[in-house]
Amino acid sequence: MIANLSSTTLAAYGETDNHLFMPVTARITKVVPLNEQNKVFTLELPDGISLGHKPGQFVEVSILGVGEAPISVTSSPSRSNGTFELCVRKVGDVTGALHKMKVGDTVGVRGPFGRGFPIEKFHGKDILFAPGGLGLPPLRSLINQVIDERARFGRVIILYGARNPDELLFKDELKEWGNRKDVELLLTVDKGDENWKGHVGVITTLFKEISIYPRNTIGVTVGPPVMYKFVLMEFLGKGLSEGNIYLSLERRMKCGVGKCGHCQIHHIYSCQSGPVFPYSEIKGLEEAL
Amino acid sequence: MSLNIIKKKDLPDFVRRLSSKFRIGGPVEENGTYAFKVIEDPNDLKLDYTTTILPPKKFFLPIKDTLFEFDKGGNGKVQAPSLEQQTVVFGVHTCDVHAIKLLDHVFATGHIDPYYTSRRKQTFIISIECLNPCDENSFCKSMGTLSAEDGYDLHLTDLGDYYAVDIGSDAGKDLLQYATSTPASNEEIKKLNAVISEKWGRFPYRLDFDVNDLPSLLNMSMKSPLWNELGDRCLACAACTNVCPTCFCFDVKDEIELDFQHGRRVRIWDSCQLDEFATIGDGHNFRKSRALRQRHRFMRKGKYILEAHNYLGCVGCGRCARACLVNITPIGVFNELYRQKEVGGQS
Repeated sequence: MIANLSSTTLAAYGETDNHLFMPVTARITKVVPLNEQNKVFTLELPDGISLGHKPGQFVEVSILGVGEAPISVTSSPSRSNGTFELCVRKVGDVTGALHKMKVGDTVGVRGPFGRGFPIEKFHGKDILFAPGGLGLPPLRSLINQVIDERARFGRVIILYGARNPDELLFKDELKEWGNRKDVELLLTVDKGDENWKGHVGVITTLFKEISIYPRNTIGVTVGPPVMYKFVLMEFLGKGLSEGNIYLSLERRMKCGVGKCGHCQIHHIYSCQSGPVFPYSEIKGLEEAL
Repeated sequence: MSLNIIKKKDLPDFVRRLSSKFRIGGPVEENGTYAFKVIEDPNDLKLDYTTTILPPKKFFLPIKDTLFEFDKGGNGKVQAPSLEQQTVVFGVHTCDVHAIKLLDHVFATGHIDPYYTSRRKQTFIISIECLNPCDENSFCKSMGTLSAEDGYDLHLTDLGDYYAVDIGSDAGKDLLQYATSTPASNEEIKKLNAVISEKWGRFPYRLDFDVNDLPSLLNMSMKSPLWNELGDRCLACAACTNVCPTCFCFDVKDEIELDFQHGRRVRIWDSCQLDEFATIGDGHNFRKSRALRQRHRFMRKGKYILEAHNYLGCVGCGRCARACLVNITPIGVFNELYRQKEVGGQS
């Protein structure tokens, strides 16, 4: 949509404010359905530029004539290869239209926006990931980055819960993580089926299965709003300090640049100051969780 | 800067000369009330007006603003709109001057909004001193907006047969070249002083406490029972936010022609009072009740915007109070919260 992209990353391009609301055309190079509701789209930006994102950031994806929606980036910067991936759940107009698109089709992209995970602060620490349901796609970006720089971190523990076995996303990758000696992966589903032999129960029931060294552990959780209260209690109950617990607050970001007001949590514009927050920053804000 | 005089009888000529170069906006009388409009006939301009339903922000933050046009056939080509339009807005009251200062800050902080800032740079403000309260709903004196020390290019004060004209910027100095004006004499300066000091007493303080205490009062009032009372009354019609000079929230939408090829992405004024404003994809609404949405609105006005942008989010213009169908007013709300803390000690 825009000619003469002289930047090397979309992030740098977006910094020039004349482009604030102007999307860049990205081409779909791969579509992988995960289940009925969720598909992973691989997108390629024009002129060989990369997205330049950090794990936890999001982009505004648009289809001309339909509209725009904020979607977190699921691929990790360490595996970008000039492309990036979005895991899209079919819930509204834009995501519904996206689900009908094929390889070779184009979409508009703005971003990346917001504050991602401060991965440098996690160096040398044990990391306890607790994604729930659709919280895995945004966390997958961070998890794969951590795995790709594995030596920089201590233990990597992943507790992942979904409603049922079908809704466990990225099953191939879960298998890979589970096979690694340096990753501890525990899965659970709220309700099993005839083939499910694993743990049954909500995600919080996995916490008693693990022992950690709280002073050296970072807790990271992304999931539906209803889940946060309970996962936070588990983290705090394990002795993690509030500043060492990170979560991502999903909001209906319309602009992504701190103006439109839809993502506001008290005085905080979540699209700018978040979506990733340490719990210590938002614990007093009652509309946050 | 220096003080000048324009005779009232020379004002239409001033407007006429300006209109050779600028689009002219200002208050006009319409259906028994006033509205900021583009002025075609200088005689339509009513500088002696009470208040308008919509604030002058629509000149740089239009109700609906095209972000870009697109042609789906042309390989999804998008085209930014042309924003070339130099405008002079007459008759801006000082409450609205303060509101514009806040908007200027919001749209030029962090990511600079090219649409707002481009229009704003091309818009010149000729404000006017209020000599009488516009009605019983305004509370500018309590909010510290009964005068403005800057934020205008020219500022007029009605001194009977003539206006005292204060130059607020270099652009204002240039605008004055279009007028027949003279430097103010000592007599005229004396008259200005007298008129300003006389006006002061005519405006009541309507807030029962010092406005500097408003953020703390709101901070202590998160759990006040008043929010539920407001929620029970509120019709969620969004009139309050639509008429507010400091509200700037918007929605982003696509519009498409019947050919399904050509269209535009627009932003339109949105309201935190509407049910879906804080609803996310899975249907979860972070401000489900009208009570929570009213609380959000008043917290924004008296606390959140101050914390985010260092400007108070309410300028005391009273427009929301006039627009509300169920008589929810900032003065009523702020004073009741104060009474609850003072008298009832409720939390």
